[in-house]
Amino acid sequence: MFFMLSKRTFIYLLTALGYFLFFAGNVEAARIGDISEMSIGEQTARFFSFQDPAVRYAVIGSILLGITCGLLGSFIVVRKMALVGDTLSHAVLPGVALGFMWNMTKNPIAIFIGATIAGLIGTAVVNLIKQTTRLKEDTALGMVLAGFFAVGICMITMIQQLPTGNVSGIDKFLFGQAAAIGKDDLILMATVTVLTLLIVGIFYKEFLVSSFDAGFARVAGFPVQVLHYTLMLLLAFAVVISLQAVGVVLVSAMLITPAAAAYLLTDRMHKMIWLAAGFGMLAGLVGAFFSFLGPSLPTGPFMVLGASAVFATAFFFGPKHGVTTRWWQQRSRAKRMNRENTLKSIYHVLEDRAFKGESVSLEELKIRRAESFEEAHQRARELAAHDLATFDAKKSQIYLTPDGWQRACEIVRNHRLWELYLTNAVQFAADHVHEDAEKIEHVLGDEVVREIEKRLNYATKDPHGRDIPGLRDVEKGKRMDGAPAETIGYGRRT
Amino acid sequence: MSELIPPFHWHTFLFSPWNDPLIATSNFWIVLMGFMVATACGLVGNYLIVRRMALVGDAISHSVLPGIAIAFLVSQTRGSTAMFIGALIAGIVTTIIIEVIHKKTRVKQDAAIGIAFTSLFAIGVILISLFAAQIDLDQECVLYGEIGYIGPEALAGEHTRIFGIPLGPITVARMILVTIATCVLIALFYKELLVSSFDPGLASSLGINATMVHYGLMSWLSVVVVSSFESVGAILVIGMLILPGATAALLTARFPRILLLTVLNAALSSLGGVHLATWLNCSPAGAMVVMASLLFSAAWIFSPHDGLIRRWYYMRGAGTSEPSEATVELTSK
Repeated sequence: MFFMLSKRTFIYLLTALGYFLFFAGNVEAARIGDISEMSIGEQTARFFSFQDPAVRYAVIGSILLGITCGLLGSFIVVRKMALVGDTLSHAVLPGVALGFMWNMTKNPIAIFIGATIAGLIGTAVVNLIKQTTRLKEDTALGMVLAGFFAVGICMITMIQQLPTGNVSGIDKFLFGQAAAIGKDDLILMATVTVLTLLIVGIFYKEFLVSSFDAGFARVAGFPVQVLHYTLMLLLAFAVVISLQAVGVVLVSAMLITPAAAAYLLTDRMHKMIWLAAGFGMLAGLVGAFFSFLGPSLPTGPFMVLGASAVFATAFFFGPKHGVTTRWWQQRSRAKRMNRENTLKSIYHVLEDRAFKGESVSLEELKIRRAESFEEAHQRARELAAHDLATFDAKKSQIYLTPDGWQRACEIVRNHRLWELYLTNAVQFAADHVHEDAEKIEHVLGDEVVREIEKRLNYATKDPHGRDIPGLRDVEKGKRMDGAPAETIGYGRRT
Repeated sequence: MSELIPPFHWHTFLFSPWNDPLIATSNFWIVLMGFMVATACGLVGNYLIVRRMALVGDAISHSVLPGIAIAFLVSQTRGSTAMFIGALIAGIVTTIIIEVIHKKTRVKQDAAIGIAFTSLFAIGVILISLFAAQIDLDQECVLYGEIGYIGPEALAGEHTRIFGIPLGPITVARMILVTIATCVLIALFYKELLVSSFDPGLASSLGINATMVHYGLMSWLSVVVVSSFESVGAILVIGMLILPGATAALLTARFPRILLLTVLNAALSSLGGVHLATWLNCSPAGAMVVMASLLFSAAWIFSPHDGLIRRWYYMRGAGTSEPSEATVELTSK
């Protein structure tokens, strides 16, 4: 299904890519930061007009790397390999330095090859340490990260000592400058993006299965090792094309953060991939834009903050897993249970006087619930606000509305049915069932209630000898509507 | 390429850092500083390794940056008190963010670490580049801050004296104090740290508050990181947090011996690093981590416990050997 979906999207993507590249044209990229004597407004206008080739390069590059990183990031997040990305991005540094040494200039191809090889060696060493020693994965990752990065730092400082060492621009690899993206870089980025889309699109099923259940994938005959190393290779590619714009230190964020944000929003892998690629694109755009506003602002940190902002939004307001959303749900659930408990107490008051009269005074409610008068009043107002009860003119009596009466009957029925079920079917002692029923009464659904009624042979008395309200009692509440107070009592059996 | 690596002679490698009295003095302070950083980091790092939190150390050494930057902006000085407080707060904030993301959502701990430290580090870098004029720190110095500058500083003769003993430039003196404090704290809370690291269940049954130990360790980690950070950069800190402890763990399984080996490793790495840096003419901080990596590789290959050679020897033995007489006897019956 993913592939069917991606085929069409693919064509759009490729068309868009060609369009962008065509418009990017042959003009050599000027440093965006060079022109700084402008107001923020003018800069913004200049950015969004896409007149400037440098802007076009930076924007297209950032979007491409956002897509690639988000896509691959989804896999490393669900595989719990998030920090492999971090290690990989640090381990490429000696390769970048070697690429520089090739002919002492910033040659994208040489750097790409060197960095990819260094990154792959780094991940291989991590695996080797894990397999042959007692050290755990996190330690192995940390060691390779620090060791390789230190070698890279030593090599860069050695190059800088050389009289012939023309290393302008190598420092940009540490924190990233999207403005430094040239045409060659862009072609490389586009190639890697298309390659990643192709491989993930074609082998989507294989990657999916081996990410979630490696054992099953092996039994099903998938080449799990090959898939793992393919993913590592693509990951190394993604890290290397992102170095220029995001920098060594923060590349891992572009892999982890958009994917983690997507992970909070959906349970379907293909949706997660699209979302993560979208978030990555957004973050890339944000980074390119903000670093464009000031003369010496690095791109990487702004991209990372853009991604973090997306993650924070998903963290707080995600419809399913968002912290605020869940807090709100818990709060409304607690309030609902509170209302239901009030209704139950009112039912008990009415039941205690054999359903003579309809109104319940706040005083009675207060005594029944053993609370203060203010609390009883608060409970009554809460019911009134949800149309479950109405006040009389003096605000000292409350009447249940048909809805309120129905809900009260249901809650008491749930409670007593459950008590009866526990004593009859599960052999609980009659004095042990109340606490359990207090909790379950709020969550029993209609189907479960029907099933319990059936199993209990439509019993009418609970273990304590009181009536279990049934459908007829609910109906009575409806007939009551508008009738004078004394005529019919709720719940009186005919 | 060939012009990059100078020829290697044992004699020059061993003696050139100490030939000239001026260079020797400067190198002495560099080695001392490296040793102090490596000891403090390595000792704290041992607990991180055991707790499988090696990468939390990596995270904290990045995320103290905004704390330092904000402390600079607020206090307008390089005063160490403000910096310590800023870094401490940043370190604890990182720990809390990681815990909250990990506990409140289904995002796993590794991804939570990645999100927390990159966000904070990004804020730090942006602050530094926005207020470059006010903050006396630059981006590169953050990564491989120069331990090499300590030599000239020491030669300039501004020594901090405690009880009349010259302890070198202020950064070195501070690091010496932090290292001594680290040793004292580990000695004082040895049991608590050990038990809560290896067996949290036993720790809580002994009445040790594991949460307190966790946050205490993280706070002290931030202190160690920030006192090393400014002068030696993040990379030496990350390397020294993990490498000496991991090397020691390959050589012995007893925790007290691991701690001792860590200190020995710290000394060898810093001394060897300076020799390496003199030979190759490169960053001493980087060279020290390279030296520590080399020591790890040596332990990995030659360790009598589970070194590669020993493993290979036994695996070959097991694979090709004839079945023993006892086995033959058993199977033939």
